[in-house]
Amino acid sequence: MATTNSGTETPMLWFDDVAIGDELPEVVKNSDTKQLVMYAGASQDFVAIHYDQNVAQEAGHPKVIIHGALKSAWLGELVTSWIGSTGRLLELDVQYRAIDFPGTSATCFGKVTDTRIEDGVGLVEVEIGLRNSEGATTTPGRALVSLPTQTTNS
Amino acid sequence: MRTPEAPNETVITEELQSFIGLESVASTYDIERHAVERFAAAIGDPNPLYSDRTFAESTSYEGLITPPTFFRSLLPGSYPKPYPEPFAHILDGGSKYRYNEPVRVGDQITVIRKITDLFEKHGRMGTMLFKVSEISYTNQEGRLVATQTSTTITYGTGEKDSGVGDH
Repeated sequence: MATTNSGTETPMLWFDDVAIGDELPEVVKNSDTKQLVMYAGASQDFVAIHYDQNVAQEAGHPKVIIHGALKSAWLGELVTSWIGSTGRLLELDVQYRAIDFPGTSATCFGKVTDTRIEDGVGLVEVEIGLRNSEGATTTPGRALVSLPTQTTNS
Repeated sequence: MRTPEAPNETVITEELQSFIGLESVASTYDIERHAVERFAAAIGDPNPLYSDRTFAESTSYEGLITPPTFFRSLLPGSYPKPYPEPFAHILDGGSKYRYNEPVRVGDQITVIRKITDLFEKHGRMGTMLFKVSEISYTNQEGRLVATQTSTTITYGTGEKDSGVGDH
């Protein structure tokens, strides 16, 4: 597993500075239908419930809905902006439990649930999620990252 | 074969079952700088590792890389036979990514998808078909750089939404 950090830059986040219960800086996303069209084009996901009101309603939605994978991308940003360029994202799991709509505010949040050292690599487990403007978590998930260690360890 | 006590007819026909384990035709993509930039702009992620070559070269990545979910833009190829999608509408259930190493601008990534499970549930939307697919991403040196396990849900009758069957 390529978890070594061979560069010379100063880590933004050390394994040693992370503790269970730490919260990640939140990332707030205010999407609009233009962003959904940009995402459709960039990801080549042309399922029409993301840009055609009629198709969305036929599928049982009140209006066009945000791509689940765009919400995953936001949660990816939540984690990678926290670990910086010296950390490594190893696992990202996201579940779309409820739909979200453009024109509303979504808040990505996260919390450290475990820290451990395996084979000399500092691993941090985080619980992550996306909260809608009414405070409900529509999109829970988890991530596993590796971070550089300052101390020599067993 | 149906058991006599089965209350409903299943949508998972023998033909559908035969797709479990079947591999899609391999698709190979060049990871292009501007496609990565466009993807990062579309998701609204300002991380310079995806767009600022000078910065990216100064880091341990030693060059531009792709965002964690960039794999969504590397569409798998079709199956060797047409997939008989029974429903009209589609919802994404979620994804699980496992990353072995970063993908760099300039890499060539080969994508292969395989259905690992099909099951149905009955809910508000009627019968829903859950399809679990495992997608592998292998680089030009033959190393598996990442996998994505994706769950898609299809349901409902009527005119098929564009893109149903591609996911």
